[in-house]
Amino acid sequence: MTEFVLECTGVSKKYGKKEVLKNINLQLERGKIIGLLGPNGSGKTTLIKIINGLLTADEGDIKVSGEQIGIESKKIISYLPDRTYLADWMKVKDIVGMFDDFYKDFSREKAEDMLKRLNINEDDRLKTLSKGNKEKVQLILVMSRQAQLYLLDEPIGGVDPAARDYILNTIITNYNPDASVVISTHLISDVEKVLDEAIFINNGEIVLHESVDDIREKYSTSVDGYFREVFKC
Amino acid sequence: MAWTFKDDRPIYSQLVEQIKIKIISSEWELGGRLSSVRELAEQAGVNPNTMQRALAELERDGLVHSKRTSGRFVTEDEDMIKGVREAVAAENIAAFMESMKRLGFTESEIMDEFKKAVSQQTV
Repeated sequence: MTEFVLECTGVSKKYGKKEVLKNINLQLERGKIIGLLGPNGSGKTTLIKIINGLLTADEGDIKVSGEQIGIESKKIISYLPDRTYLADWMKVKDIVGMFDDFYKDFSREKAEDMLKRLNINEDDRLKTLSKGNKEKVQLILVMSRQAQLYLLDEPIGGVDPAARDYILNTIITNYNPDASVVISTHLISDVEKVLDEAIFINNGEIVLHESVDDIREKYSTSVDGYFREVFKC
Repeated sequence: MAWTFKDDRPIYSQLVEQIKIKIISSEWELGGRLSSVRELAEQAGVNPNTMQRALAELERDGLVHSKRTSGRFVTEDEDMIKGVREAVAAENIAAFMESMKRLGFTESEIMDEFKKAVSQQTV
């Protein structure tokens, strides 16, 4: 197993003339929960999509557990997009079945167990679920895989504080020393206690990559407080 | 006692402090077995590595120790816990004195205020 679960070297991306990622260099170790933090439009989602192979970088090299982006990298990445993509006429159990068919590393048992704990009826169609429950179903699907890299794009954006706690607890209890979890968000105070490291991204550039407790030690403030300082408008 | 965290300090050092208090107050019993790192991390809502780091520090201090296959335990050394209790008390008193001095009280005034407050409380 490679030391780093993700290595980005000199990754750049333009949309037309607009540079959205500028020379991103990033190495992520295994067994970490990492916050990808930045204001709206800073490049968080673009970076995640490139790592997932949904967009291609104009320049630079990316390796996921030593593999180039492609079929092999997709097998070991579990991705939660920033919007729903599941067909809402499907029943929860059908979607679970689809994931079970599609991903070798999917644990049906784990998913069913988590759904039960949340009182989500597997016979319900997705469109009858509340927005919060829909997001929880998606997270459960993503976390029920035994992946090496979890990329969660705004997993707590649309849900109430109690559901946020549930989602963060799910991430903690699924902790695996061989895998890392990247959480992209701008709701920093909610996630900071579960993070090992914080990455600040602004205007397509990484401006900071440090451990959460080092940031607190150095600046005597929370990551949220430090973020507000760095990104003061 | 629930876990609470302040913004101005590292989370692991706050975990160390709060676990010390749990041990001093016997919420975690003498010689008792600790929950797993993952369970403790979930209870406190913190990163498992951060909890691990806090427990490693407590282990270095001797307040908890691990047995190879059966997990982590609170020390059985009552004198050590007594010592930690006194140290934590001294820290609390020092912090109290400092904040009172910042309000402009002299040491003897602080003693008077303190006695007054204690006598009012016991009535």
